Amino acid sequence: MDFRLTEDQRDLRRGVRELLARRFDRDALRAAVDSPGLDRGLWRELGAAGFFSLRLPEEDGGVGLGLPEAVLVFEEVGRALLPGPLVATHVAAGVVPGAAEGAVVVTSASEGLVPWLDEADVVRGEAEGAVPVRSVDPLTPLHRVPGNGGRAHPFRPAEHLPTTVSTGILLTAAEQVGSAGRTTEMAVAYAREREQFGQVIGGFQAVKHLCAGMFVRAELARVAVRAAAVTGDGVEIAGAKLLADEAATANARDCLQVYGGMGFTWEADVHLHLKRAWVRARLGMTGARAEEVVAAGL
Amino acid sequence: MDLTCTDEEEEFRARLREWLTATLPALPPRPDPLDWPARRAYDCGWQRRLYDAGYADVHWDASPTQRLIYLEETELAGAPYVGANFVGLLHAGPTIAAEGTAGQRERWLPPILRGDHVWCQGFSEPDAGSDLASLRTRAVRDGDEYVVTGQKIWTSHAEVADWCELLVRTDPDAPSKHRGISWLAMPMDAPGITVRPLRTLAGSTEFAEVFLDEVRIPVGNRVGDENDGWRVTMVTLSFERGTAFVGEVVACRRLLGELARTARKNGTWDDPVLRRRLGRLAAEFRALWRLTQANVSEAQATGGVPGAGGSVFKLHYSHARQELYEAAATVLGPDALDLDRDWTLDRLSSLSYTIAAGTSQIQRNIVAERILGLPKGR
Repeated sequence: MDFRLTEDQRDLRRGVRELLARRFDRDALRAAVDSPGLDRGLWRELGAAGFFSLRLPEEDGGVGLGLPEAVLVFEEVGRALLPGPLVATHVAAGVVPGAAEGAVVVTSASEGLVPWLDEADVVRGEAEGAVPVRSVDPLTPLHRVPGNGGRAHPFRPAEHLPTTVSTGILLTAAEQVGSAGRTTEMAVAYAREREQFGQVIGGFQAVKHLCAGMFVRAELARVAVRAAAVTGDGVEIAGAKLLADEAATANARDCLQVYGGMGFTWEADVHLHLKRAWVRARLGMTGARAEEVVAAGL
Repeated sequence: MDLTCTDEEEEFRARLREWLTATLPALPPRPDPLDWPARRAYDCGWQRRLYDAGYADVHWDASPTQRLIYLEETELAGAPYVGANFVGLLHAGPTIAAEGTAGQRERWLPPILRGDHVWCQGFSEPDAGSDLASLRTRAVRDGDEYVVTGQKIWTSHAEVADWCELLVRTDPDAPSKHRGISWLAMPMDAPGITVRPLRTLAGSTEFAEVFLDEVRIPVGNRVGDENDGWRVTMVTLSFERGTAFVGEVVACRRLLGELARTARKNGTWDDPVLRRRLGRLAAEFRALWRLTQANVSEAQATGGVPGAGGSVFKLHYSHARQELYEAAATVLGPDALDLDRDWTLDRLSSLSYTIAAGTSQIQRNIVAERILGLPKGR
């Protein structure tokens, strides 16, 4: 047993982080907030880099890696707040032609919501009669499916979920973990810089303890998500989604608190993490359902 | 990211499982939890069986993964806990193994492993709890002996212990309070020692106050250099936080299963709020088990001493375990007020988890300062 990342996995993570730093830095993030829309050029670049074909066999033009590697990639996606229906397109690779290469953008209806409907080339799931809503997240356009649409299975034990669905849930959880880790870094960096009462606020226990709590939440969710990627177990995936949703939303809230008044501004990136975390928490599997799935496994 | 065990590790697991199946039915009945001499005899008898079967030194000598398997399997099989041997096997023993001389290891370790000697811990003092380094129990050198005077508190198993791992101040004028501390092995039958049991809110007397009045301890009983006791102690404490709770995560997962069965039987399972609460706890304990595997993997790669990762674990674990007993009280209803139910006593005991072995507040300081690099301060 060695739960640590292998050399190759560490290289993969570093490579993805560098690619995203180059192609989607903070300026690009803020530009995307000001003029929303899907960057097709970036999408094709991601396709060329193997984002979507990561888990396809090499003989089918894929990278031939597994779910643990995909989870590491999507942690980075969440960390960088990269926009677009990346999970849906990744899961569609090998099934929907063009998805693997980044030529086709795929979205899917989930829990009564359809992200990126107008920009997507292919929509999977029940999106009949979907109407646009003014999305709380400036980086995720949303449609609502009327009635109970999209919620075809109010409760179903995890082992009966199709693999594509459970994989989507897990990768969404991985994005949440990436975001939770990032907001921890942001809060710590701010707490080491901001001075009040003649000292940096990170020296005050009230602030320190908030940061420590954020780190614990993020790490617990991270091991849960990574282990679920290794086992592929449906109940473990549900539990990982539950903890990851909570880590991402609660850490964004605590980060906002550490930032003080700055945290309430449009200019700081904190709200972008919080709003995206709220959206992801509604997608794939909500907390209430995840708790029921794990309870059913007891 | 590999969670599978090697063939060698699986073989270790299979042999252990076989031995447990053969051994556990032959154990004597468990003693009255309030009868300390009987508990000592029971715990030492179990340790002797482990020794004879070659499992006695699993806490120090086996690889971290083997230790994890050992703790997982013994808990799953319902084997006895370390009990009175907790300090010997998980605190003092590992410290002596890591920092003692060859002669000290030869003298103190075999009796711990055989279950002949029980150790207790003399660290905390009335005015040195979270701020352990401010301890004042004084050791004055007199030839080949230290003359020790002071008071210790929260000393588990003091009434039945043979030895005490004792922290004393050997240099009151040291430039910082962390220097000037030494680690001594004190025989509990030395003249000048008075043990007074402390009754906990659970009604039991597992702790004691220990009063030391000019107790003479040979200089040869010092582990590590004089005034270097704080560093020696940190080794012990990181052991405590890193691996001491492994079996308890497995236990919590078993308890949750029991609770779900009870809830299904008594109808409380139909309450979605309770059901979801148990689901959340199950997700948390599963994640804590994964965190344990991550910490063990890290320890295995870096030479065995668990680092600050233990604090991350303990922070969430102690909170989750308390929450487990609160959920249990909801499932049990009126029975949760009955002291004759195991759950009730366990619920009371769990109140110490966010305090013992470093309070949650101290753990958050450790995470913030040592992992996140935030400045020291209050």
